[in-house]
Amino acid sequence: MATKIGIPIAPVAGKPAPGLSKEEVLRYSRHLIMPEVGMEGQLKLKQAKVLCIGTGGLGAPLGLYLAAAGVGKIGLVDSDAVDFTNLQRQVLFGTSDVGRPKIEAAAEHLRNLNPEIEIAAYETRLTSENALDILKDYDIVVDGTDNFPTRYLVNDACVLLGKPNVYGSIFRFEGQITIFGYPGSPCYRCLYPEPPPPGLVPSCAEGGVLGVLPGIVGTIQAAETLKLILGKGEPLVGRLLLFDALAMRFRELKLRKNPECPVCGEHPTVTKLIDYAEFCGIRGVEETSATMTDLPEITPRELKSRLDRGDDIYILDVREPHEYQICNIGGHLIPLGELSRRAAELDSSREIVAHCRSGKRSAQAVEFLRKAGFRKISNLKGGILAWSDEVDPSVPKY
Amino acid sequence: MGVKVIIPTPLRAYAGKQESVDLQAATVGEALSALTNRFQELKKHLYSDDGRLRSFVNVYVNDEDIRYLQKSDTPVREGDTISIVPSIAGGVTQQRKCGGTREPF
Repeated sequence: MATKIGIPIAPVAGKPAPGLSKEEVLRYSRHLIMPEVGMEGQLKLKQAKVLCIGTGGLGAPLGLYLAAAGVGKIGLVDSDAVDFTNLQRQVLFGTSDVGRPKIEAAAEHLRNLNPEIEIAAYETRLTSENALDILKDYDIVVDGTDNFPTRYLVNDACVLLGKPNVYGSIFRFEGQITIFGYPGSPCYRCLYPEPPPPGLVPSCAEGGVLGVLPGIVGTIQAAETLKLILGKGEPLVGRLLLFDALAMRFRELKLRKNPECPVCGEHPTVTKLIDYAEFCGIRGVEETSATMTDLPEITPRELKSRLDRGDDIYILDVREPHEYQICNIGGHLIPLGELSRRAAELDSSREIVAHCRSGKRSAQAVEFLRKAGFRKISNLKGGILAWSDEVDPSVPKY
Repeated sequence: MGVKVIIPTPLRAYAGKQESVDLQAATVGEALSALTNRFQELKKHLYSDDGRLRSFVNVYVNDEDIRYLQKSDTPVREGDTISIVPSIAGGVTQQRKCGGTREPF
């Protein structure tokens, strides 16, 4: 679909289009001298209002480039605080920001980058209750979140309000980018009617992201946002751009509007925002973990004192080999994904304590092994993280 | 027909860590069953219990979504590329947020 129309940016009623000050002319001179932007385009940018959902890995380059480019109003939505694990990729933040609300650090950074623009900071999670109210004042929404419920919430809110949703998502070294919700174009639910049930899609041990990947994907989202405002070029509409940083390859797939889409189809069944945690099966997960609490557990302190006493306990580490390299407590490594095939390596007559990083994967391991007939098995409560907190602080946390 | 199936990063762990697999098949359905026969673990990630392709997994022949072709019956030709494209939520999901599917826990 070669759509070539930009998003009409409504001028403020009754006021003439604002001009640029002498300082702004100097600041934006490299835009002003190129015909694709020029004074007309720069004024469009100045009048534009863009909402960035999330100020993390994707939000950082987005916020930086949109602010630098002179987008007149940038809204930021986030409720997290900066932590050390963010700094590997969230380039809006520095080491001294750790512990601060992301919104506060991000707004400060962007205001310093460009004091000519307005930054609106929403220190909240986007919810079904507040989404329409926050989104309604913006021309374009950019989705830089990291979880399925918010993805579906942003999509539905954009469709209901008729706003384009510049979408980017990342996994390890792969990214997906497109613009949803553009008039007449597909939405996120046309592409994926439903989210994966929690826990099924790639095992949790497979997380992680190459630090520069959100930089590349977020920058593409920024470029598409600026193009929508300027009404220039060919927007990434009806096309899903796949990026693989390892292969350093871009591919493009066709996106089609699903006539049966529950939110943007011919007979929509979703006409207002719903409970997205429930839609994504998150409640179910809580219930699952509740049944898992019935599993036998041992605290790190109990385990330590029993080991010190000389009790014969076999420690089973169900993490991945690369995690074992980060830190370990001398357990025998059988990754959860290999357990069904390698259970025969275990001696069911011996007492076994299973552990992982935080205790969830090992709970699955314990549940599996109990079903397989193991009786003397328990789960290390809180995993190696709790071991680090309660027994041996020299074990690094990750 | 010799076709190439591109395995997305999140599913490579269940496909012998391979980026792509070359197979012989006449339709998309044949290619996917040859793939899941070779890599049994992939099956539950691609298909629900009732044997339908999961709704968070899309399959493309070259750049076309098979939902808008003939679904599993979509014929493939020599040299076609089949892409499996699952939905991915984001970066490193924090546990207290709901995603819960990506981060090591």
